[in-house]
Amino acid sequence: MARYFENTATFNFSWDQVASGYWKRYPNPQSTHVLSEDTWSRQVKDGCLYTKRLLTKTNRVPKWGERFFSAKSVKIIEESVVDPEKKILVTYTRNLGYTKVMSVIERVEYRSSGANTTVAKRSAWIDSQVFGFSRAIRAFGVERFRKNCTQMYNGFNGVLLSLFPKPMTPQHMTPMTHTLKEMRDAAAAATDRAKANVLSSVNRT
Amino acid sequence: MNSIGEECTDLKKKYDDCFNSWFTERFLKGDHDDSMCAGIFKIYQECVKNAMKQQNIDFKEIDKDVLGTEHESKAPPSGSS
Repeated sequence: MARYFENTATFNFSWDQVASGYWKRYPNPQSTHVLSEDTWSRQVKDGCLYTKRLLTKTNRVPKWGERFFSAKSVKIIEESVVDPEKKILVTYTRNLGYTKVMSVIERVEYRSSGANTTVAKRSAWIDSQVFGFSRAIRAFGVERFRKNCTQMYNGFNGVLLSLFPKPMTPQHMTPMTHTLKEMRDAAAAATDRAKANVLSSVNRT
Repeated sequence: MNSIGEECTDLKKKYDDCFNSWFTERFLKGDHDDSMCAGIFKIYQECVKNAMKQQNIDFKEIDKDVLGTEHESKAPPSGSS
């Protein structure tokens, strides 16, 4: 029986921004394990966009797992459907090969939840059929998946922030004096430094 | 991001650029005509398929559709996770 796992995350971006950013997720500082990404097929059918992509990722296993899973990289198939009318993006990924050793299936549904909010509901099924070791492998898979969730979220959110920067100060205001402009510039520089600090501390987690 | 075939990475980037502007500027705005990037996609695809063949990747397994079919995994009834 596969182990099931789910969680929900909120992005403070419109669904259109999340859907556009989805294709630009890699590379990001949290995704160093992603080696390649290719579009295998793509078509528009009944107003929805169907895409199948192939990704390769490094295979991170503990020492004891190497006897079952020695491959240096794994291939992952990602199917997705974008419904621009209903504003729903569904992605479904599974590993290609080694599915008896460990099969990881992940489904994520990104739905619009207000003008600047998108909710991502993630479901995962982790299974193993290695006699005598399946329970240990499943437990390892679930643990690895949980850790990856935070990384995936931070990585994607960082990409969205760089694509669609949030205004930190009121725009459209013309500085009245030279001194005011200087003060603004200093404030903007300080904001940028603060943002950089926040980002680097997020990246460290 | 790199392509699985090193020699395809430049084509992939060209295709991705085309796709990304089509997706945001046309598809999300209701224009479903996808001919804009068809030319570059075809060239890029040939390159990737050759690279995959060299790496003995199972095409059949990739072609199999799961999302939206009966093979898709379903969430267990709530309370059992």
